[in-house]
Amino acid sequence: MADVVVEQGRLARAASPRKRTSLRNAMGRKSTVAFFLTLPLILLIALLVLYPAFYSVYLATLNKAMTKFVGLSNFTFLFKRETFWMVVRQSCIFAITAVVFKALIGFIVAHFVHNIPGKKQRKWRGMLLVPWVIPPAMSTLAWLWLFDPSYSAFNYTLSFFGIGPIPWLGDTFWARFSVILVNVWYGAPFFLIMYLAALKSVPDQLYEAAAIDGANWWQKIWHITLPMMRNIIAITTLFSLIVTFANFDIVRILTSGGPLDRTHLFATWAFQVGIQSSDIPLGACVSLFMVPILAVAAVFILRDVNKRGNEA
Amino acid sequence: MSTLAIDKTGPTRKVKLRSMSRDRTWALRWSYFFLVLFAIFFLIPPVYMLITSLKSSAEISAATNPWWVFHPTLSNYVELLTSNQFLRFFWNSSMISIVVVIVTMLISIPAAFALARMKFWGSATLATGVFLTYLIPDSLLFIPLFKMLAVVQDFTGITLLNRWYVLVFIYPTLTVPFCTWIMIGYFASIPKELDEAALIDGASWLQTLTRIFIPVALPGLIAATIFAFTVSWAQFLYPLVFTTSIDQLVLPVGITTTLIKGDVFNWGQIMTGALLGAAPPLVIYAFLMDYYIAGLTAGATKG
Repeated sequence: MADVVVEQGRLARAASPRKRTSLRNAMGRKSTVAFFLTLPLILLIALLVLYPAFYSVYLATLNKAMTKFVGLSNFTFLFKRETFWMVVRQSCIFAITAVVFKALIGFIVAHFVHNIPGKKQRKWRGMLLVPWVIPPAMSTLAWLWLFDPSYSAFNYTLSFFGIGPIPWLGDTFWARFSVILVNVWYGAPFFLIMYLAALKSVPDQLYEAAAIDGANWWQKIWHITLPMMRNIIAITTLFSLIVTFANFDIVRILTSGGPLDRTHLFATWAFQVGIQSSDIPLGACVSLFMVPILAVAAVFILRDVNKRGNEA
Repeated sequence: MSTLAIDKTGPTRKVKLRSMSRDRTWALRWSYFFLVLFAIFFLIPPVYMLITSLKSSAEISAATNPWWVFHPTLSNYVELLTSNQFLRFFWNSSMISIVVVIVTMLISIPAAFALARMKFWGSATLATGVFLTYLIPDSLLFIPLFKMLAVVQDFTGITLLNRWYVLVFIYPTLTVPFCTWIMIGYFASIPKELDEAALIDGASWLQTLTRIFIPVALPGLIAATIFAFTVSWAQFLYPLVFTTSIDQLVLPVGITTTLIKGDVFNWGQIMTGALLGAAPPLVIYAFLMDYYIAGLTAGATKG
């Protein structure tokens, strides 16, 4: 119907030659209008995202004083440093462990929330999402205080169970454990919300049919819930992988990379090298090492998002 | 055993129902049990912030039970809310966040409108590009941006580094891509008949946008606004790199750098500051939770 009406409108307008030119102008105007509407967006992305991204590749090929071109020697210098390989390893451990636990906790808690009656879900969901709402810099300060070497509230509580004072941020293992714990705490609610939305979209009939066929809870999860949620799990996990891999706030505030650079991630080490020691080229070089894993994750996300778009 | 006994007396169907409902009650009880455990884990830090913020320095260093306030006092709040420095941080953060929200909306609404409704050369590529930009983290760009600002500053003579207003230009790189992306989704879900009708009635593109798209997609707009506000309020890396003078700092950076003096941590004040800094997003969340969650899930579900 609508199309016919539009046709009629066009025909009516096209009747006189003067109207025809105005129609052509309108057509011309449509792409001009579109251009002007998207121009700020294009400028913003080009000037403040794309240009800096390429500029950092250029910066990475300069010497420390940024006076002469040194090719790839910044990269070869990094390859020879032990700290660099430690950062690579720690970034991978941190990102993978944190994402796995976030995904698991999110999945489990989403099921519990989904189990309880609908009216109460809102309240619980509201409570469980709080970590995601507090700015990470602020909540990490609270964790720093919970981990405090002399007044740690955790150690106080654990002492009643006879567990000795744990050097939360002083020991390599515990420091790594702590930064991952805080990251899991901060990121799990995001998974929870995504999974909860996905759980709600699984039709109840599937579970009823499975129950009639005598499926147990594990079979229901494995054969119904997981396949139905596969896409959303993939997108959420990949997205979280990017964010976790590029994390800065938590490690910076909690340990500043210590003890002995053992908890540094690419972002915090790049900050220390590039800004605090003002070796901008080397810092740019360090942060560029994030690109490959981000690119791989981004490609997969894009594929999944497009697939999802086609299904809908 | 007991099921068997009931089996003899009552009809089979009733028994089945009862055992199923009993299973369900137990599942429910376990769900609540674990939910309480997880809620404790999730709420410990904010609650501990509140507990510590109500203590005096003397009580904190007395090493009494850390989970209880014996002599509650509001002195930390009074001290921070009357300190010009802290109010300055709050003011800087508010100004930046509000301006960034406005700038973000001014850029992303028209762009999303064009990308959702006007098919033009390269529009699909641009939409994909916007989504990819959203995936570029701040920790990849802070070094080149820092150097760029320094170069521009030397070239033009306009002071850019160590000024809070420069953040107003930088933050939209974090907010605009996501807001545009979810607005495209919301705009695309509006039936085409609606804007065709408006066009036939002689409305211009601008009128279609302001009279139809914005009112109809208002929930999406609110979700995008909340997202832009919380992102700019919480941003930590860029202000840490670009600003250093005390009067130019925003809240997260201000609290972490000024309240920690050397190795002396004034924990009562730090926790009070952190709680006050977390308050605006928490208040928004408390009142607009549904929009907040809509914005959170829209990124992946509106493709």
